[in-house]
Amino acid sequence: MTDALLRTPLYALHLELGAKMVPFAGYEMPVQYPAGVLKEHLHTREKVGLFDVSHMGQGFLAGDTAALERVTPADVTGLKEGTQRYGLLLTDAGTILDDFMFSRLAGEADMYLVVNADTKVGDFAYISEKLNGAAALTPRFDRALLALQGPLAVDVLERHSPGISALTFMQVRRATVAGASVIISRTGYTGEDGFEISIDGADAERVARALLGESEVLPIGLGARDSLRLEAGLCLYGHDIDTTRNPAEASLMWSIGKRRKDAKDFPGAEKTMGPQAIKRVGILPEGRAPAREGTEIADKSGRIIGKVTSGGFGPSLNGPLAMGYVETQFAANGTPVDLMVRGKVMPAAIAAMPFVPNRYRR
Amino acid sequence: MSEVRYTDQHEWIRLDGEEATVGITKYAAESLGDVVFVELPASGKAVTAGGGAAVVESVKAASDIYAPAGGTVTSANSALEKEPSKVNEDPEGEGWFFKLKLSDQGEFAKLMDKDAYAKFVDSL
Repeated sequence: MTDALLRTPLYALHLELGAKMVPFAGYEMPVQYPAGVLKEHLHTREKVGLFDVSHMGQGFLAGDTAALERVTPADVTGLKEGTQRYGLLLTDAGTILDDFMFSRLAGEADMYLVVNADTKVGDFAYISEKLNGAAALTPRFDRALLALQGPLAVDVLERHSPGISALTFMQVRRATVAGASVIISRTGYTGEDGFEISIDGADAERVARALLGESEVLPIGLGARDSLRLEAGLCLYGHDIDTTRNPAEASLMWSIGKRRKDAKDFPGAEKTMGPQAIKRVGILPEGRAPAREGTEIADKSGRIIGKVTSGGFGPSLNGPLAMGYVETQFAANGTPVDLMVRGKVMPAAIAAMPFVPNRYRR
Repeated sequence: MSEVRYTDQHEWIRLDGEEATVGITKYAAESLGDVVFVELPASGKAVTAGGGAAVVESVKAASDIYAPAGGTVTSANSALEKEPSKVNEDPEGEGWFFKLKLSDQGEFAKLMDKDAYAKFVDSL
C-alpha cells in the first residue's frame, strides 16, 4: 500500500497521550496507550474508557429511507424516533457485505448511519447504487466518533451533558457536550453500558479533552477494543462475518425484523431461512493457550469441523476465548471439540456468548 | 563469571560455565505488551541456533522465541505458566524462559555483546 495513511481529528492528542500508533483500515490509529492493552481492557470494565473510532463511516440518508430495506433485512420502517438499530448489509446473494448501525433522530426525516471503517467507501457506493435515487446517502467521513464505555460512563457524561442519563440502551438523540453539538447514542462495542458521540471534526479534540479530564476516564486503544468486543461475543467484520456467510450461519438472525422474516423480502431469504451447514459459535479452550484466528477446530475423532475466526485472551475472563464456525451438528453449547494449536491438540468446548455478561442499561 | 549475549530477534542468553539461560530482552517485552501465555520447551528437546524454541503470547498476538544457539534444553521456567506477567516485570531476570546445554560455544561467541545490542536497538 503506497497511499498515505489518514489521520483522525484526534491524531495529535493520541501522540500527546503516548499512544502506539499502527495502520488500521487506512488510518493511523492508537493500538494502545502507555497503560497497555490489559490495563486498558480492565479499566473499561471497571470504570470508563474513551475510544477514538472516528475511522468508522458515518453518513446521513435522505429521501425514502424505507428503501434501505432493499439492502438490509433489518426492520427499517418500524424503527421508532429516537432509537438506533443494528443491521446487516447484504449482497444480492444474501451474504454479509457489512454490519452497521442506523438511527432515526426525533423530528428529523434523515436517517443517521455508521458503517465499518475498512468497508465504508464500498458500502456507501453499494447502498447508493441499490437505492437508485429513492434515497440519497451523504457520507460524513469528516465527522469524528468517540465511544465512552464502562459502568461509570453515564456518570461522566451526565456532568458534561446534563439529562443524558435518561437515554436507555439503543436510544439516540442530539445533545450538547462541552458546548459542542453532538449526536449521542447509548450503545457501544464492549458489552458495557456506554455511549457513542458523533461530533464535528473541529470539536472532537475539545470534547475528548473534557472527557479525559474526568478522573474515571482513560484513553483506550484498538487492542483493548478488540478483546472487549470478543468477550462480549460481538462480530468483527472481515473476520467473523464476510461475504461468504449469511445471517443464519453468522447466528445474527436476531437482527432481522419479524416482519421481514414473515415476508421473506430480503436478499437470499429462502437460503437464509432454510437449514444451515455451519454456524458461528463461541469456543472456550480448556487450557491457558489462546487459539488465534485460523486455528482449525476438530471433532473428538480428529475430523476438521471448522475454523476459529477470532481468538485470543480475555483479560476479564482471565483465560483464552474464541469464536468461529463449526458444522451445525457440533454447534450446541457444551459440545467438546479440539483445537489444533501449533500441531498440538487442545481440548475446548462450544460455549454460550457473551463470554462476559453484557451490562447494557435497558 | 557469566557472560550475556543478544540476538537481533531480541533474545538474551547468559552463559554460566556449561549452561546457558535464555530469555527475551526488555525491549522485546515492551514491544510485545502484556504477556498472557508462555509455551515452554520440554527438557531434553534439541534446539538449533535460530530455530523456534518457545512461544510467547500477548493479548493480541503470538510470537516465536528462537534459540540463540544450538543445544539441548535442560530445564524451563515453569513459574511463567502460572505467572506469565513475570516476562514483563523482570524480562532479563525472573522472566527467563529455558536453560540450554550448548552444543557449540562458538555460536554463543558470535552473538552481539551488550554494547552492540544497545546500538542495534537504537538503530531500530
